[in-house]
Amino acid sequence: MADTTLIMYEAEFKQINEIIQRLNREANSKFVFLVDKNGQLISSAGDTQHIDTTSLASLTAGNIAATGGLAKILGEKEFSVLFHEGERDNIHISLIGDRVILVVVFDNRSSLGLVRLRVKKATDELLNIFNKLLQKVEKEPLAESPFAEITDEDIDSLFSE
Amino acid sequence: MSFINYSTKEINCKIVYYGPGLCGKTTNLQYIYNKTAPEAKGKMISLATETERTLFFDFLPLSLGDIRGFKIRFHLYTVPGQVFYNASRKLILKGVDGIVFVADSQEERMDANIESFQNMIDNLKEQGLSLSRIPYVIQYNKRDLPNAAPLQEMRAELNKDSVPDFEAVATKGIGVFDTLRAVSKLVILELKKQR
Repeated sequence: MADTTLIMYEAEFKQINEIIQRLNREANSKFVFLVDKNGQLISSAGDTQHIDTTSLASLTAGNIAATGGLAKILGEKEFSVLFHEGERDNIHISLIGDRVILVVVFDNRSSLGLVRLRVKKATDELLNIFNKLLQKVEKEPLAESPFAEITDEDIDSLFSE
Repeated sequence: MSFINYSTKEINCKIVYYGPGLCGKTTNLQYIYNKTAPEAKGKMISLATETERTLFFDFLPLSLGDIRGFKIRFHLYTVPGQVFYNASRKLILKGVDGIVFVADSQEERMDANIESFQNMIDNLKEQGLSLSRIPYVIQYNKRDLPNAAPLQEMRAELNKDSVPDFEAVATKGIGVFDTLRAVSKLVILELKKQR
């Protein structure tokens, strides 16, 4: 299941954005983002303007992957929550099911307890949506593919310099 | 595996550069980074040791442009080549959409190439993946060195599947973009097949 292509549709994307925006507000965090376990940024909320979210996403996924590797060696299934404490900012990383990573960055205007509480609630909601999304992809995989009509010329045009 | 977002009209794919230690995987990414227009690339990240050996991975996000209204984004990763970093290599291979195997052309590195190639097959297998189902290309790097093995010999050892292969001198950029173009094309065609 974890190896299928992740497909995001308009309606679910909107719901997901609403949830993480609310989480960002209620947790009093600086910003929140969702990353695919392979390092692709799915969405973000909050003040990410001066943040390199692509790099952040890739490193988060690497972080989770490395921690998962550690867990395996110790005979744990996984470590589902990671917390990094800095002088100014802190990062709370948690797994949503087996596919998606939720990251909350916060400073001293919030607290680890508050973030954990809000993350818990958001996790259930997000899990619900991602499960629905996967079911949807399984049910109607052939609908409106952007690739069906792709030609060699389309691909070559990407590389014409 | 790729990530397709119909809402933002984006397609993201992951390409991994694999190969033995010091074969030039990071050099490939550095060259691509240096030659790509600023608006088409993100920051390159290298998690390396003090002696500039890759410790975990290098990462370079590229946006290739549009196909049928969808933005095509490729995330390029390298694995750490040194034998004892195998646990990390396995992690980087997760969710891979396409592979570039970079071989070191020097005669004395032939065994290391073969070992690394086999290691790649084993690591893929552990995740239920097989080379027959993943688009990949081969790059014979360091062709300019005097001790480079004959191309035919390298092909016979490493390219038994007759996939697209390229001679390269990554430090000078020779063959670097040809390799990237070939693997990108295979990855996109594979997406088309899957759907």
